[in-house]
Amino acid sequence: MSISEQDLSQRRWSFPFRVKFETRLEQPRWFSGAISLGAVILALILGGVVLKFVGGDPIRAYSFMVKASFGSLGVLSDTLTKATPLILTGLACAIAFRMRLWNIGAEGQFFLGAFGASAVVLTPLLPPDTSAWLMLPAMMIVGMIAGALWGFIPGFLKARFNVNEIISTLMMNYIAVAWNNFFIFAVWTEGGFQMSPQFPKTAWLPRLTDFGKDIPAFRGLTTHLGLIFGLVAAAIVWWIVYRSRWGYEIRLIGDNPRAAKYAGINIMRNTILVMMLSGALAGLGGMSEISGVVHRLQGAISPGYGFTGIIIAWLAKLNPFLIVPISILFGGLILAGREIQPSGIPMLIQGIILVCLIASDFLLRYRIRIVKLAREA
Amino acid sequence: MNDDKNAVEMEGISKQFPGVLANDDVDFTLRKGEIHALLGENGAGKSTLMNILTGLYRQDGGRIFVHGKQVEFRSPRDAINHGIGMVHQHFMLVPSQTVTENILLGLDEPKFRLNISHYEKIIADLGKRYGLHVDPGLKIWQLSVGEQQRVEILKMLYRGTDVLIMDEPTAVLAPQEIEELFKTMRSMTEEGKSIVFISHKLDEVMAIADRITVLRKGKVSAEGVITADTNKQHLAELMVGRKVLFRLEKADSTPGEKVLVVEDLLAENDKGLPALKGVSLNVCSGEIVGLAGVAGNGQTELAEVITGLRPVSGGCVRVHGETLIDERKSSGRGVGQVRRVIEAGVSHIPEDRTHVGSAPNLSVTDNIIMKGYREPPIAKGWSVDHVVAKEHAEKLRDEYEIMAPTVETHARLLSGGNLQRLILAREISSEPDLMIAMQPTRGLDVGAIEGVQRLLLAQRENGAAILLVSEELEELIALSDRIYTIYEGEIMGEVKEAEPEILGLMMTGTRLEDIDGVEEVEL
Repeated sequence: MSISEQDLSQRRWSFPFRVKFETRLEQPRWFSGAISLGAVILALILGGVVLKFVGGDPIRAYSFMVKASFGSLGVLSDTLTKATPLILTGLACAIAFRMRLWNIGAEGQFFLGAFGASAVVLTPLLPPDTSAWLMLPAMMIVGMIAGALWGFIPGFLKARFNVNEIISTLMMNYIAVAWNNFFIFAVWTEGGFQMSPQFPKTAWLPRLTDFGKDIPAFRGLTTHLGLIFGLVAAAIVWWIVYRSRWGYEIRLIGDNPRAAKYAGINIMRNTILVMMLSGALAGLGGMSEISGVVHRLQGAISPGYGFTGIIIAWLAKLNPFLIVPISILFGGLILAGREIQPSGIPMLIQGIILVCLIASDFLLRYRIRIVKLAREA
Repeated sequence: MNDDKNAVEMEGISKQFPGVLANDDVDFTLRKGEIHALLGENGAGKSTLMNILTGLYRQDGGRIFVHGKQVEFRSPRDAINHGIGMVHQHFMLVPSQTVTENILLGLDEPKFRLNISHYEKIIADLGKRYGLHVDPGLKIWQLSVGEQQRVEILKMLYRGTDVLIMDEPTAVLAPQEIEELFKTMRSMTEEGKSIVFISHKLDEVMAIADRITVLRKGKVSAEGVITADTNKQHLAELMVGRKVLFRLEKADSTPGEKVLVVEDLLAENDKGLPALKGVSLNVCSGEIVGLAGVAGNGQTELAEVITGLRPVSGGCVRVHGETLIDERKSSGRGVGQVRRVIEAGVSHIPEDRTHVGSAPNLSVTDNIIMKGYREPPIAKGWSVDHVVAKEHAEKLRDEYEIMAPTVETHARLLSGGNLQRLILAREISSEPDLMIAMQPTRGLDVGAIEGVQRLLLAQRENGAAILLVSEELEELIALSDRIYTIYEGEIMGEVKEAEPEILGLMMTGTRLEDIDGVEEVEL
């Protein structure tokens, strides 16, 4: 019955504990947030180690970065301005990904939204002295329609001919940029420069600084109404996904298309509609960017907002409300990147945060238990 | 105490999984040269116990002896080195390689040059010795399921396995193949090998096993009972923990009007070949009509056509006299057809519950409202009233005894039986006029089967028309008021008081009118 001496001596040399992974069945609501926060903190620590290693002072570098993106009302406002298009493209990706439609064309839809909004001002569909109360809604609607159209094309091809939407949306990004360039260079060019003339003031989204006369604290703040669009859109997308009948269909198709078909859901129609909604959200992002920040149509209106939207949607686990804080974090990193550009540190931090957040997903799904190897007889 | 009559001894094995004690102080002894059946419901801990024996899991407590010596398996390789091998339910073979290549895969031999004909001869000889006939030169994809299983067994024999664990080996086999498998198993035990036979089919266990161990809820409820000393009734009780009635109390049927009428239906299968060649049948309210047939003779296609999932190329389906499906309606893209069928009061228990009947990463609630989310009270304008949906789900969970901690739990975490109950709850609670039930008890354990059958009978009493498709003849005969038999997409005949022999003849392609001494049902 007893274990022989040899067995015991063998055990003495074996590792005294063992790591076990167990699948998590249930998790409290706060858990996912806590893990993500932990991942970000870990990423900052890792980034700090790297900074120290190359001879920098991590504390100083971080405090500089925080100052550069969140340190004062001014830079915080700039961060929010950067976050605005990210929220909208993030939502655009999230709603499509929810149905497992891999729309990576938010970038192109963003450009088309900007184009549509510009068309209202520059064609001009409305005269420059139109009231802002008419001008801005018209720009929003035309911008969203243009984005939706850019989503409709791959959606229709997918639904009708089963064309892979990853390829078609990606390719349409290039078409969108070329399309915009054509208008910038040829049609709406301002004296041969690669940009359109500046929009009239009636086509500008109100910024905080516009209220600087009445509220001195707002003077110089660039945050514009587009942020409110983003927040309202987040609430609407959340309602659609989790509360509406359409959202139920989207979630069911996303999880199991065969079950959706069995439940009598029209997958083709939903494919087209979701791609259009996705395109409209990205298009709204484009409209808000040119109407709120750039005030003209030009080539460099996006440093890849549409692609960053993909990352943001995944980091937020497709949760519309989580997209907002994550977009703000990314907006801050973009801004800090501008401030201390040569060092490339914010890019490094951004990368480490990404890796940590993606890796932390494992902790959400598995519980890690350290088991002491018992020496029971 | 460890005499060498025993090939394997497992003593006080315990294994804890999150939330469930899968094995609780389990003792199991396998004697040399015996076939030992391991019996138990789904989730009773059979697979866990055998996964411990094959080194896939490590036990939390307890000891294992092989041929009287205590062993500690750290990996499946350790178990193989001790001569323990397992034939899994799902085969682990490479389809594009030959039988011989598959058997040699992962072995240290041959060292350098592969003399394939030398090995083919060895394998052919091995096959002959145990009655495992399979051509060693054929590729796996060319083999039938039964032949693939023989390759798996040969693989184990080639590796010198002397304790063979077979996980529900008969589930994939035709009756004749089962007979052959049993012969092989006996010839193996005659050579001194020992076999653990995992099953929940009582008839087979009674036919082949020398001794039987029954597990229930992770504990041993009977250890090493000699087969001759027990019977089906007793074993079922040990498995389920209560008396199981093999005969169902069934009231006389009082069929009403014809609910479903199928006329001259033509349809194609996924490969574009004719699957239904003019099928006609009808189901009245208040009766269960069975559809017998060997799998793959058009049953699946028929159910899909009736529920609108598959286009037809001819004929029609009428429900309550209204033509729901015909060639014209299913032309184009057939969009909205499934919905029209659902709205006509037809419910469908699909054959494939994980891939068709449920959404694994959605909650129990979301799975329950799959058919009802369009109608009030769950639908409220454009939104889903999640409070009402949750209450509805909780009510059904309690009523149908779906074991789920909360209705927010994802469907993928439910066991097969609970998932089936969820689907039944959804499909029955809509109080359908017509129910298409495909294999409603497949893969369920004895206790669960009884529950499902009772639910179907209760629906019949309520006046529902039920078309029951099953491969279990006994079940069909027990539940059905009438039985149609389908063979290669054609109805071979319709009988009221069915005898298995007659059904068997029709299932293999003999028309009812060609069978002597049987009178056709007058309609």
